[in-house]
Amino acid sequence: MSIVATTRRRSASRARRVSSVLFVAVVAMFALTLSYGEFQISLPDVVRSLLGLPTPAGVDYIMHSLRLPRASVAALAGLAFGLAGAIFQQLLRNPLASPDVIGVAQGATTAAVLAVMVGGFSGVAVSAIALTGGLVTAIAIYLLSWRNGVGAYRLILVGIGVGTALTSVTSFILTRSDVKVAAEALIWLTGSVNGRTWSQIVPLFVALIVLLPLTLILGRALSGMQLGDDLARAFGVRVETCRLALLLTGVCLAGMATAAAGPIAFVAFMSGPIAVRLVGGGRPVLLQAGLVGALLVLVADFAGSHLLGSRVYPVGVVTGVIGAPYLLWLLATSNRTGRGG
Amino acid sequence: MLTTGLVVITVALAGAALLSLAVGARDIPFGTVMHALVNPSDSRDDLIITQSRIPRTLVGLLAGAAFGLAGTLIQGVTRNPLADPGILGVNAGAGLFVVIAISIFSVTTLTGYVWFGFIGAAITSVLVYTIGSVGRGGATPIKLALAGAAVTAALTSFTTAVLLNDVDTFDQFRFWQVGSLANRGSDVVVQSLPFLAVGAVLAFASARALNALALGDDVATSFGQNVLVARLVAGLAIVLLCGTATSMAGPIVFIGLMIPHVARAITGPDHRWMLPYSMLLAPLLLLLADVIGRVVARPGEVQVGIVTAIIGAPVFVILARRRRLAEL
Repeated sequence: MSIVATTRRRSASRARRVSSVLFVAVVAMFALTLSYGEFQISLPDVVRSLLGLPTPAGVDYIMHSLRLPRASVAALAGLAFGLAGAIFQQLLRNPLASPDVIGVAQGATTAAVLAVMVGGFSGVAVSAIALTGGLVTAIAIYLLSWRNGVGAYRLILVGIGVGTALTSVTSFILTRSDVKVAAEALIWLTGSVNGRTWSQIVPLFVALIVLLPLTLILGRALSGMQLGDDLARAFGVRVETCRLALLLTGVCLAGMATAAAGPIAFVAFMSGPIAVRLVGGGRPVLLQAGLVGALLVLVADFAGSHLLGSRVYPVGVVTGVIGAPYLLWLLATSNRTGRGG
Repeated sequence: MLTTGLVVITVALAGAALLSLAVGARDIPFGTVMHALVNPSDSRDDLIITQSRIPRTLVGLLAGAAFGLAGTLIQGVTRNPLADPGILGVNAGAGLFVVIAISIFSVTTLTGYVWFGFIGAAITSVLVYTIGSVGRGGATPIKLALAGAAVTAALTSFTTAVLLNDVDTFDQFRFWQVGSLANRGSDVVVQSLPFLAVGAVLAFASARALNALALGDDVATSFGQNVLVARLVAGLAIVLLCGTATSMAGPIVFIGLMIPHVARAITGPDHRWMLPYSMLLAPLLLLLADVIGRVVARPGEVQVGIVTAIIGAPVFVILARRRRLAEL
């Protein structure tokens, strides 16, 4: 017994170490996003401006209207996507089953595009509509795959089918408007953190304050559920209730993040497996996946704005291009070990 | 019995083609349609029919037949009831290469697109099939579907990266992307015919081999079937048919998925019958979907790709819900 206890303690302390390192990295990247750009702001000035102390001319404007919203939405959306992805992947026990692959993100996207391009909404209304779209899609997928309980396998396939149909609807809406409006929508569809306003960020922030603790509490049931539904039941986990609660939390996270930043490709998909690899030991990792997500979006946005020559690319293009080879590798290796389904 | 069925479907197809000629933003009586077909004059109705509706209907017939055949082949080769060029990411591959063609090589004609569409379709099908079949159990339905969805997501990012910096290309691409039969000239039909003909010949030539493959590779080999050659021939046919049809009409999802199931329900699992049935049923569905799209949103129209997606998604869900997704 003592060996088990020691191993457990060791792996828990490794998980804590990984979280701390990731947290520091996120803060550092956040600070870099605030200070670096056409107009350099020194770190002391960044801190002074954040604290409301007097700063050189122009610093406050750049900080409060441009860089702080951008860095905040990148970090928060990344955190939400990372958490949502990890919830889905660990719940469905399949590294490929993230919300952007199985249709939930497409639901939020279609709803948001409808809201903006057909309804003419903006700000909080778009967040609400995107969230509703994600939720309705998720509930539809859940009900459609219900058959004496929900098999992960069926849920994934039904999600892919629903997602494909929703993508057609989004393409259809894109043909219905002026090309300039459609081109702007395309930037949003790619995922971008540029030019966000506080009215888009605050809802996401509030949602995270509620959902992050909820995710971590519900996440405790995950380690039981990883053993399979029957064993988990034997350990006293209420499998269906827990699964539904976790799915809803995951959908809310993905929907809110999509509303704020657009469906940034692959962040939900990549964060979980990276976190699992960092922590090791096959235990569920939620917080770490969220931090990896935040770091990914901040780094990708920085690369898209400053490192790819004179053109500025939205963050979703960068994560898509990083994500593609990683995805192929993951598909190949997870299939080889038989975890791909 | 099965031959009678083919005759019935052919008659229905002719009816659908006639509807497709007559119905639209401006309805034209069947008498006038017949007149325009036999002896076209310069009247407005006749011009609409010869300039716009005949090419459109022909594109529907050809692209539909190609999607039907390709769907049956792809499900036969992968022994996967959920295989569809859209689900497996082949359309996304063709799409990316079409965007590259428009944007980088300034290609504006269909003959130009077609080659790029092929290359994209070919690379993606090989890629998805390879990824999906690595590891335990070979290419199971779920592994292929996930590989397809994931590759689609990846390719779409690249496509978007090109489109974001090029509004003109985006303007062309967004209309191609929904899948539509409208505004295709008759040159499109002429140019794509040879590709489709070769694809169809290869498809029918592999019917027997697909029947053998359905029994599993080991049994097929023991029947003297060269499994690799059979897959390659069928694969080439899929790429020719899918690539051309997608370049003509855009990525139309779910047709290639639904039709083989309908055909199989009628004919049983013999590919020598399934292939001709699919070849006739798919254009029937495509033309009817196109007519529906023209009627529901007058005076505008809903593109056929949207209509098939809305009809097809429930079919996909029903198939995915089956208790045991038996491999074919």
